[in-house]
Amino acid sequence: MAGKISPLPAKALATEARVIDTEPYYEPCGNEVALFEAAYASQLPVLLKGPTGCGKTRFIEHMAWKLKRPLVTVSCHDDLTAADLVGRYLITSNETVWVDGPLAHAVRAGAICYLDEVVEARRDTTVVIHPLADDRRVLPMEKHGELLQAPPEFLLAMSYNPGYQSVLKELKQSTRQRFVAIDFAYPDAALEEKIIATESGTKAATASALVRLAHMTRNLKGNGLDEGASTRLLVHAAKLIARGIPATTACHSAIAEALSDDPEMLRAIDEFVSSVF
Amino acid sequence: MAEARLTEAELRDRLDYLLSPVLSARRTAAPLAQLLAPLTREQQHFVLHWIEVINRSNYEMGYQFAAAAPAALVRLDAAAIETWIIEAMDTYDREGLHRGSEVFRQIGTWTAVAAGAETATFDEYAHVLELFVCGLAGRPLNLDTAAEPWTDTETLYLPPRIATLPTKAGNFSIYKILATLLWAQGRFGTFHADLKSACAGFADPARAAALLSHLESVRLEARIGRALPGIARDLVRLRGGEIDARCAALTAADATVGDSITLLHRLYDVLDAPRYAWTTKLRPTAQKMRDARIKREQGELARALAELAQENDPGTAPGAATLERFQIDAASAAADGSIDFELQFDGAPLAPPDHVRQLIDSVLQDLGDIPDDYLQAAGSAAYDAGAQVNTEEDESADAWHSLQHEAGAHFYNEWDHKRRHYRKNWCVLREIDVKPASSDFVADTLNKYRSQIVQLRRSFELLRGEDKMLKRQAAGDDIDFDALVSAYTELKSGHELPDRLFTRRHKNERDLAVLFMVDMSGSTKGWINDAERESLVMLCEALEVLGDRYAIYGFSGLTRKRCEIYRIKRFDEPYDDAVRQRIAGITPQDYTRMGVAIRHLTRLLNEIEARTKLLITLSDGKPDDYSDNYRGEYGIEDTRQALIEAHRAGVKPFCITIDSEARDYLPHLYGPVNWTLVDDVKRLPLKVADIYRRLTA
Repeated sequence: MAGKISPLPAKALATEARVIDTEPYYEPCGNEVALFEAAYASQLPVLLKGPTGCGKTRFIEHMAWKLKRPLVTVSCHDDLTAADLVGRYLITSNETVWVDGPLAHAVRAGAICYLDEVVEARRDTTVVIHPLADDRRVLPMEKHGELLQAPPEFLLAMSYNPGYQSVLKELKQSTRQRFVAIDFAYPDAALEEKIIATESGTKAATASALVRLAHMTRNLKGNGLDEGASTRLLVHAAKLIARGIPATTACHSAIAEALSDDPEMLRAIDEFVSSVF
Repeated sequence: MAEARLTEAELRDRLDYLLSPVLSARRTAAPLAQLLAPLTREQQHFVLHWIEVINRSNYEMGYQFAAAAPAALVRLDAAAIETWIIEAMDTYDREGLHRGSEVFRQIGTWTAVAAGAETATFDEYAHVLELFVCGLAGRPLNLDTAAEPWTDTETLYLPPRIATLPTKAGNFSIYKILATLLWAQGRFGTFHADLKSACAGFADPARAAALLSHLESVRLEARIGRALPGIARDLVRLRGGEIDARCAALTAADATVGDSITLLHRLYDVLDAPRYAWTTKLRPTAQKMRDARIKREQGELARALAELAQENDPGTAPGAATLERFQIDAASAAADGSIDFELQFDGAPLAPPDHVRQLIDSVLQDLGDIPDDYLQAAGSAAYDAGAQVNTEEDESADAWHSLQHEAGAHFYNEWDHKRRHYRKNWCVLREIDVKPASSDFVADTLNKYRSQIVQLRRSFELLRGEDKMLKRQAAGDDIDFDALVSAYTELKSGHELPDRLFTRRHKNERDLAVLFMVDMSGSTKGWINDAERESLVMLCEALEVLGDRYAIYGFSGLTRKRCEIYRIKRFDEPYDDAVRQRIAGITPQDYTRMGVAIRHLTRLLNEIEARTKLLITLSDGKPDDYSDNYRGEYGIEDTRQALIEAHRAGVKPFCITIDSEARDYLPHLYGPVNWTLVDDVKRLPLKVADIYRRLTA
């Protein structure tokens, strides 16, 4: 019965520092590129603020490509400890070996280290972030007995979504005041249409309808929705539409269901969809 | 056993008696009696009974009902007739005799119901439509019902029921079209012109108004169609043809209300306004509302910008002229009516906070631009804004006066869902200690549930997370040398190297604070109260094992001026005899005004530092209060709003209820999963601790 499963040729990516050689698509909304470059040149760490799916991660990939630096991305979660970032001893057949964590690796490689959703990480991670993020630019590696001085090429970047209205997910002042903060908002309508069309290969009319839909959902922020539809969701819907899924189905699955579980809210979003298409 | 039906003469006597205030020499009871005579005895009684009921409100309504009832009885069943009567009376209450009696006279729409059309009612779609127009408008608009759809630009009035099309979906689409059209009237400048004087010059102003309404509808449909092609498609399908060629000029992208008025002059004699299911009425009230709003918002904007200036430049002296330092550049309107703008302060772009953005957006929607004098310190506007604030605070003035001297009173806002904003400082709340009762209640309870408590403690012990070092882990922060040594010997003796060689610190992550909010309303009297108290004893026993921080408060109240929170156990209090005696002393009080209690307890919870904060309500029914309309929708919506606020503050609300009708309203309040129903009150004491365990495991 069971057919042979041939291994798929998955592309192996280096788990740590990734060198980006093709230009990731990114449309600047304002002066963020110049700001980032200036911060990089001045060896200042960068904090990217903005709602989910507005292009923070894409921006950092684009900048890594532009500055020709490897990129180390760490998706923070609530079990992420300082040791996970710095490194730890592992044991091989008859010795213990120190293995660098992603942050230490990035410092050594002079890479851009991007801590995605940093508020999710445990509080003790600030111990290693703080000395790296001020003018000392050092990474203390207590267990290894080493103090790593960051080269000028190294840059620490973090992302943070101020939209979470939870007191527990707030960035401490002592942390946030070390960073140059770049605020990301959703792009304006014309730009967002262009982004959707470019990313998904869909028609301009579809992209424009999707943007109108997004604006309607963003109008509901605080009136039943925690967050409006992000550019990322629009791209998802556009990709489904480009593959021949009817717009109403695509938007229901990619946008409405992604935004809410409330039946009446789903109905309202579906009504938006049937109005704009 | 059927009694004989009443004769015409008997009926005439009865009707003469019932309707005498509205009968005269020219209008006698005879024709009514003639109509009622052929009905069955039951039907006659039904009609007479309802005439009596309706007469309590208005005799003329009673007469109109009597006149329409025989025809209705032929077409409708009893249930449908009752809905019909109730709707007529609702309309009468809201809009007066003329509209109310119209409902009785227009039985035609009701026969559509009887013929099997699937009616769409306002009530079932109100929330969806509310969300829909909020998405369109970018600001919440109120929805309400009226016989004829119209808007004053702040509230959209929709028919209570639509049964024009055979299917429900079709009738809903008419609701959607109506809501969109009414929104568009405000959005695309229908009220920029003085509509009343535009129609006044015609021989028949009412006819002119109807035609103007139609022309505006044509203009707005074209506008809507460009941004919302889906709605345009529905309109074409419903209209069943193209629009009249003579109106074509109005479909141009830049057509204004002025063009509609020009065309009105040209077409007044030659065109009758067609009557569609989505025909709306234009009322001059809209202009008054719009003017009032524009004035109010100018003041509010001035005030908000002054605050913004203070925030951005703390050196600004309070009251200094700051408006001139702002600049607002509005781009031309996009197809969907949204207008982009940029706010500048001292020449630098500034991201406006949400409320400022909404205000500017609202002004732009009304005026299309920010007039120059908005950013000049004219003074008068700002003072108007001050006056506005004062009137809002006046609402609470009487509450202030009566309690001004009482220490420890807290003031809370309350959500008015009809007005869609908060009543400021509406509720007065005080914290009171429960009077301790020196009974054996706690000891008795412990005795009664002795064996269950042992079990309970055991199951809670399992939950207890401790800060400890986990050994022999596959991954961890440090090396486990004991494991390494033994592994090394195994390796030397030819075995494989085990991989569990690390230690990992497992932190106690039960960083949890929970507040129990206990219903102490009068309805809990008796065994419910006993069950509540027993539940609390069991809970305390279990929570002491677990080490979670917890507090218990009761709530009750009588009107908004006497909301009370009863302290049973504070967070910083140990579970001691005093607490036990207070649990024993819980006695039913008055009513359940839940919103204010949730707001107060959320505030208490927020003073506690914990990773997870839970607010668990033990309740026996809907929010309710004596007088001031808290019962029903108002109370539910206020409670819902309070829960949304709690959620935003990082508090997770949960509700344990014994109300078997909870399914009807709790999902609306707490969401589909954050509540549970214990249908057997006797099992409550055992259940509550168990629910808590599952909730926090």
